[in-house]
Amino acid sequence: MTNKAFKGLSPQEATARVEASLKQRRKKEKRFRLMGLSAVVLALTFLVILFSGILTKGLPGMFQHYVQLDVVLDKARLDPQGDMSDASLFSGDADKIILEASLASIGEEGGRKTKKTLRKMVSSGGSQRLIEFVKANPELMGTTQTIKFAVDDDIDSFLRGFIKRETAEKDRRINDFTIEIVDKWQEAGLISYELSDYLFFGSASRDAEMAGIKGALFGSLLTLAICVSIAFPLGVAAAVYLEEIAPKNRWTEMIEININNLAAVPSVVFGIMGLAIFIVTFGMPRSIPLVGGIVLALMTLPTIIISSRAAIRAVPPSIRDAALGIGASKMQTIFHHVLPLAMPGMLTGTIIGMAQALGETAPLLMIGMVAFIVDIPGGFTDPATVLPVQIFMWADFAERMFIQKTSAAIIVLLAFLITMNAAAIMLRKKLERRW
Amino acid sequence: MTLSTLLILLVAIGVAFYFAGNMTVKTARSKGKVFHSLPNYYGLWAGSLAFFPAVVVLILWSIIDIQLFQSWVRDFYPPEILAAGGSQAIVALAKVENIVAGIRFGEPEAWVLQAGEAWIGWAATSTMLKSAVVLGLATVCGLIAYRQIDTDFRARNGVEKLISYGLIAASTIAILTTIGIVLSVLFETIRFFQLVPPTDFIFGTEWNPQFEGAERAGSGGGEAKYGMLPMFAGTLLISAIAIIVAVPVGLASAVYLAEYASPKVRSTVKPLLEILAGVPTVVYGFFAALTVAPAIKGFGESLGLTVASESALAAGLVMGVMIIPFVSSLSDDVINAVPQSLRDAAYGLGSTKSETTRQVVLPAALPGIVAAVILAVSRAVGETMIVVMAAGLAANLSFNPLDAVTTVTSQIVTILVGDQEFESAKTLSAFALSTMLIILTLGLNFFALQIVKKYREQYD
Amino acid sequence: MENSNIKTTGNVFVDNPRMTARNVDVYYGDKHAIKDVTIDIGEQEVIAFIGPSGCGKSTFLRTLNRMNDTIDICRVEGTISLDGEDIYAPSVDVVPLRARVGMVFQKPNPFPKSIYDNIAYGPRIHGLTKSKSELDDIVESALEKAGLWNEVKDRLDQPGTGLSGGQQQRLCIARAIAVSPEVILMDEPCSALDPIATAKVEELIEELKSQYTIVIVTHSMQQAARVSDRTAYFHLGDLIEVGNTEQIFTNPSHQLTQDYITGRFG
Repeated sequence: MTNKAFKGLSPQEATARVEASLKQRRKKEKRFRLMGLSAVVLALTFLVILFSGILTKGLPGMFQHYVQLDVVLDKARLDPQGDMSDASLFSGDADKIILEASLASIGEEGGRKTKKTLRKMVSSGGSQRLIEFVKANPELMGTTQTIKFAVDDDIDSFLRGFIKRETAEKDRRINDFTIEIVDKWQEAGLISYELSDYLFFGSASRDAEMAGIKGALFGSLLTLAICVSIAFPLGVAAAVYLEEIAPKNRWTEMIEININNLAAVPSVVFGIMGLAIFIVTFGMPRSIPLVGGIVLALMTLPTIIISSRAAIRAVPPSIRDAALGIGASKMQTIFHHVLPLAMPGMLTGTIIGMAQALGETAPLLMIGMVAFIVDIPGGFTDPATVLPVQIFMWADFAERMFIQKTSAAIIVLLAFLITMNAAAIMLRKKLERRW
Repeated sequence: MTLSTLLILLVAIGVAFYFAGNMTVKTARSKGKVFHSLPNYYGLWAGSLAFFPAVVVLILWSIIDIQLFQSWVRDFYPPEILAAGGSQAIVALAKVENIVAGIRFGEPEAWVLQAGEAWIGWAATSTMLKSAVVLGLATVCGLIAYRQIDTDFRARNGVEKLISYGLIAASTIAILTTIGIVLSVLFETIRFFQLVPPTDFIFGTEWNPQFEGAERAGSGGGEAKYGMLPMFAGTLLISAIAIIVAVPVGLASAVYLAEYASPKVRSTVKPLLEILAGVPTVVYGFFAALTVAPAIKGFGESLGLTVASESALAAGLVMGVMIIPFVSSLSDDVINAVPQSLRDAAYGLGSTKSETTRQVVLPAALPGIVAAVILAVSRAVGETMIVVMAAGLAANLSFNPLDAVTTVTSQIVTILVGDQEFESAKTLSAFALSTMLIILTLGLNFFALQIVKKYREQYD
Repeated sequence: MENSNIKTTGNVFVDNPRMTARNVDVYYGDKHAIKDVTIDIGEQEVIAFIGPSGCGKSTFLRTLNRMNDTIDICRVEGTISLDGEDIYAPSVDVVPLRARVGMVFQKPNPFPKSIYDNIAYGPRIHGLTKSKSELDDIVESALEKAGLWNEVKDRLDQPGTGLSGGQQQRLCIARAIAVSPEVILMDEPCSALDPIATAKVEELIEELKSQYTIVIVTHSMQQAARVSDRTAYFHLGDLIEVGNTEQIFTNPSHQLTQDYITGRFG
């Protein structure tokens, strides 16, 4: 160094220079702070956009338009064999009776054109609904009853204003004549806009107005039931072994590396494994909740193991010492003391893992849970689909009403997820209070 | 007997032995005998010995017998099918399985009917044998265990030994899963490489498996091409867009929340951000396809640009939003891991908050942040639903974010969902792509963990 | 709280104060950590704060350059001035304040940067230098003053974290000196060091006394006796007694001080 005489700045000089630098630095400070704040605001804006987009589309999707028709419940025609069996009812004239009721609603005898148009205006699920109605109320046979039928999805879209009256007839999905009838219905006050029963109690359907999530919801519940009954015991057992029993050796280390790696494997890969191992090699059927549940269990296992280990580690060693000190065996210590204390933490991890599984789509596509399934699955080996896959399938349909139904299904899915996560957060809070 | 009936019976036998063991010891104890363990443990010993071996046999049997039938049924195939092998054999198997399941399409060939009947016969025999063996095994094992009950018998130690075996078995599931994943892609990948040379696959710049069928039918129409580069380019492009969105926003939010925000703001904003991470990917995909992609197309076209309706930008942006909380929570962890003493040192010298953060905290946390970014990349590379729904299938080798591109994951899904041509190079290519995907994500993960490990050592 | 109005014995005032504290109370949430403390810190003196652990001596030290600001729940009442200016006045910026009142911490905390960058950090952020050679000079003189120059001059580009504990602490002192402060606060600077390193730091304090005002918190009475001119004894948040170090250690006037230095508690 050259300037040996230099002894640093005097405090006064230093203070002056510090003061001189301040203005610039305060500006930088503000800018930096603003940058951070705007990042947070931006992220929250994304959240708001996402949710508001889904809510504005999905809330209307929870409702749909119905038309009230006075239906003559003619026993002879509805139930030709007279035994009220399904076979008899479905061979009956339900469709025709609804058509007659709709003709009556516009006060017309009706030529071929009118009949043809009207047939397309009431949802094709109408006859099913009529049959269910008479099955539930056999004593009303022979009377005339007012029953609500869903309108066809194009009519629904027209009533919501997505299909515009002003559009040239050849460019819109419904013709002028149909609109005339809709107007008549509206004047007569027959059209109502109500919470959609099809959405919650209907199953998969190509007709948007009849499509519902019940089947998918059951599929999700069955799949999740398998998933939790495999992943929770296995996850907890593995966590107990790794935390409390495992010797520090290569084998244990290998298990730990594997768990960390599995946590990073893309979910779609678990689906490929499910396809190759359970379906192709083991010969299990496609599309069933059993296989879906197993695949999701393997996928969520790392999450559960990692959080369960953290929960076990959080149990103070003094408790183990206390139990061992009065002569409890290692297993007794674990099962009587450590596990109960770690349980809230383990459950939190499990709920989070289950929420992850509930929202998962890609691996289930691989094992064929993407099939079009009308029946409500009744068991673990019935073909089924799940809510996210249902959303994926609906998202592919072009009908306007499906967009809304998709969003409505998303709201239901998110409601489940938020409930599960809230439960996890509450559990975690409870856990925090303990220590 | 169906599988579930058998299972229920086994549970019943197990419970019966539990109570038998338990009661025997209780009665003996009331008569003044002294046992090594509590009665409960004798019951558990007898019950679990009755239940578990039988269940293991039941599961193995159920898996193996189908395999056996599948190989036996080949004897019924006409020689030309056996000679053709491959996909024809699989079609034949499917026909037979339909007969077994009671489904008939039209008039099946005679050999199919014979094979089906034979199969049904085997299945009936197997089920009977299985029921007898499994129930017998449960009873015998249960009795043996029950006979062991004695004052000196250390039931607790026995039960604990069993439990510890169970725990070890549970922990090896992780290894078995890994092996399962590797095996499930390995064989098919090798088969694929026998059809398509690895170099063509890895360095090929054209992806066009659509001609596969046409080629085999002899109608020409060009050669099927299996070059993976367009897909990896697409994956890279979309991931890069996602990272460009997620890393600055995620990191800056993490810094703001860790260093500036009041505890109240922090405790509200953090869970809100975590909601973004909890939203299912299919929802993001729907949002990207329905809202973001048209918006970008509209905006781009108003500027006079050509924008594909399924642009990489839309998928990338939405994916970026999805991984913001991932980046921010990982960064938050590493920022909080920077010792307070370093901040104190900087503040003590008169640093402003931003100077402390930029010049002391972030450099110290850098390795951890790099690891977080790598993990985020790995997450983006493996993400499936958003790209399946919003990125399209056009295998363009393009780095223009406004073009439509395809990704590794979306190709895998497209090929493997729905009806597959078994044994075709197209189907096998999905497995080869999966292998590459696994190698890539695990490589990234390994790299990130290595960095984190180094970083931890620095402050331990 | 009881005992909250113990009157300080001895002379808390000096003729030419650098810093003055008047009726200072510090709260951590509901906890009353410092109770009504009044004391002067004189020009170019070394004053030691002693007392049993948890007595508030470190807390009080941290109020002198507002390091307590980094703790959300901490609240300070009363006035503390530096050269007659209230440092808790709303208009005061902590940045120049901390440049004037530097601090050295209990555990050596060098940045994970090179030795050179550690020292240069303060001058850089405060814009103290106009050229690279000026910065070099400041680094050299700071290291020289801290007695570290000869040990590290050949490896200025190596990480500061690679030095020994005692060297690290002297590096931290040099880092504080490099911004030319008026007052240096030292919070138990030797508690993490071995006796030889401690001796070196104490020597250093002796030398720095000619240029800086030094406030040192220590749990070692011997250290206080060795390095300080005046000593203040804190007990449960109260300032019990202040006086010349010699007088405090040979002839304390308060019973609590006497008990402490004769080793009856602490």
